[in-house]
Amino acid sequence: MEVTLNHYIVLSVILFVIGTYGVLTRRNLIVVLMSLELMLNSCNLAFISFAYFLGDLTGQIFMIMAITVAAAEVAVGLAFVVLIYNHNNSLDIDILKLLRG
Amino acid sequence: MISYIVLFPLIGAIINGLLFATPLKKIIFGNNTESWEKKAVGFIGCFAVLLSAIVSTILFFRLLGLAPADRLFIQDVYTWIPSGELDVKFSFLFDSLAAVMSLVITWVGFLIHVYSVGYMKHDKSYARYFTYLNLFVFFMMILVLGDNFAMMFVGWEGVGLASYLLIGFWFEDNEKAYAGRKAFIVNRIGDFGFILAIFLIFMVFGTLNYQEVFGKLADANFVQSISMASITAIALLLFVGAVGKSAQFPLFVWLPDAMAGPTAVSALIHAATMVTAGVYLGARCNLIFTMSPTAQFVVLVVAAFTAFFAAAIAITQNDIKKVLAYSTVSQLGYMFMAIGVGAYAVAIFHVVTHAFFKALLFLGSGSVIHSLSGEQDIRNMGGLRKYIPLTALTFLVGTLAIAGVPLLSGFFSKDSILAIVYDEGYTVFWLIGLITAGLTAFYMMRLYFLTFEGKSRMAPKVESHVHESPMSMTIPLVILAFLSVLGGYLGFPEFMGDTIGIDDSNLIERFLQSSIYQHEFKILEHRFLGHWTLALLSIVAAGLGILTAFYIYMVRPSVLNSLAKSPALNTLYGWSYAKFYVDELYNTLIVKPFNHFSSQLSTFDRYGIDGLVNGVSSLVVNTGRRVVSTQNGLLRYYATAMAVGAVVIILIVFI
Repeated sequence: MEVTLNHYIVLSVILFVIGTYGVLTRRNLIVVLMSLELMLNSCNLAFISFAYFLGDLTGQIFMIMAITVAAAEVAVGLAFVVLIYNHNNSLDIDILKLLRG
Repeated sequence: MISYIVLFPLIGAIINGLLFATPLKKIIFGNNTESWEKKAVGFIGCFAVLLSAIVSTILFFRLLGLAPADRLFIQDVYTWIPSGELDVKFSFLFDSLAAVMSLVITWVGFLIHVYSVGYMKHDKSYARYFTYLNLFVFFMMILVLGDNFAMMFVGWEGVGLASYLLIGFWFEDNEKAYAGRKAFIVNRIGDFGFILAIFLIFMVFGTLNYQEVFGKLADANFVQSISMASITAIALLLFVGAVGKSAQFPLFVWLPDAMAGPTAVSALIHAATMVTAGVYLGARCNLIFTMSPTAQFVVLVVAAFTAFFAAAIAITQNDIKKVLAYSTVSQLGYMFMAIGVGAYAVAIFHVVTHAFFKALLFLGSGSVIHSLSGEQDIRNMGGLRKYIPLTALTFLVGTLAIAGVPLLSGFFSKDSILAIVYDEGYTVFWLIGLITAGLTAFYMMRLYFLTFEGKSRMAPKVESHVHESPMSMTIPLVILAFLSVLGGYLGFPEFMGDTIGIDDSNLIERFLQSSIYQHEFKILEHRFLGHWTLALLSIVAAGLGILTAFYIYMVRPSVLNSLAKSPALNTLYGWSYAKFYVDELYNTLIVKPFNHFSSQLSTFDRYGIDGLVNGVSSLVVNTGRRVVSTQNGLLRYYATAMAVGAVVIILIVFI
């Protein structure tokens, strides 16, 4: 069986939906962050798939940019996680509702 | 140089007002200013007015040095309102009329400032008092020295403001604050007429400058091109303004209440100077009045009625200041009678003599009140001459002057007015004036006898404290007493002068001639030779008044009791005592309906306008309360909402 563009796209969609599900349902902050990374990477997968099949480098460059930004984001995000854990002794995101109206 | 007359009181007011009446003095001088502060404030206040009095005097003598036709100084300061056709300059005019007014205002004002130093010594708001007093002189000088109607209006409103501030000077007392408001509001009615007159003058003449307006009026071609009705309307509207400021019927009600202010203020503002602003207006606009016989007649009728009416009220009042207040209204009536018959110079002559003796009487009454520690009811006085002889003597001089005793100032000025009214053929008004003169003599002597003569009716506690006032108060009294005696010789009538061989008669009228545009100058001329009879009649009227008062209050007080038995007299007494119910009439006709109307409007405001505003705000608040639950702070909710939203948008876009 030949692997076509559609396969990659379906995989990307499946990964994105799994990530979204994780973000929406999980209460542990680290797991939420990991799910977020999953969503990001599903998009990256879609980018390079298109780049490969269309023979255009733009998608690949964009993917590298996205990974770079994601790395920075993770660094900041994990720092937050440490601080929040020190402060609350818990990583339950339902505790973080100080902005309730 | 004219602007200095205006400038000095303003500087005085600024120094006293911004420095000593505010916390600024603590910042600059520290807390220990008690010992010298009052002295400094009093000195600044008096000195400022003294300087402008000196400048006025210098200018007056310069004016005298010129030929009568050239007696005019103009100083342009700057262009105030350049607006198309309307070009109003901030400039001053010093002619003979302005000279007389400014001399009287600054010198009498200075004496009253000096008097105030003693009179207000114990008041805590000493600096505020002198600020207002200087401010008043400043605005009064703008009124008198301005060379166009716009500047006169500025001064006009300014003196109204100063008067309001000073009547309500002791504003902690609700009644006094109310009197201040009443004065201000009643004055507004007159001001409304005045400002309409100014608009009309601009419409008709295209300018507000005195000389241009009167120059055009003196030009026969121009006069033919305008309608006489507009001149009459201008004259009548100006008179409405004068009626408000000069307390003529029916707007006189504020003046007696204005006595709530410190007595020195009553002397300066509500007797000697500000209330004569209306007379000044009449004399300044003499050509307008002269050209409208209708307006003149209205002025004459209102004035004669006011003079008599106020005198009839003054007879029965028991408050020493109220008697003087009504007598002021009555005397202002005389001045307007002179305006009404076109004897403008004589009106100003009476302004001058009245300023002398009325300031004297008010300051005297202030001295009485001061020595009795605040007592104003003449029923609780009597026999004061023994305790305060100097005040009693000067007060007697003032009383005799206003009563029209021959050779004192009031006699000459009042008699000139009556003679001219008679000469113009208004015999009825002359008779009213004559009766009023008799009444004046009666109630003024009544006031004097009840206050200074007879047995003491004071409470023993008060009596033990009676003391003569300090020098700063008695010296102005003495000076004013001399002026009250001698002031009349400024206008010594020619018919008398001819008889005893004096050439310099009618000095003030001759001096004022250059300010009065008139084809025929009304002055006591040769035709008055026959008026010895009139003068004699005046003397008889005054004498009758004085003798009646002497008989009733000194010789046989029991007459009063027998008089009180007559029901007719009792009714008259009651009416007069209740001031003919004018205040009550206004309350019923105007104040109460207006308050009622206002409360209706306030209901609409509260439920209509406020309801709308509150409705909108409560709508927003309630909506907010309902939707607030969606913002629960839970991250997963927000993420879900975003996801659902994204799905919905995708569905909408692609399907």
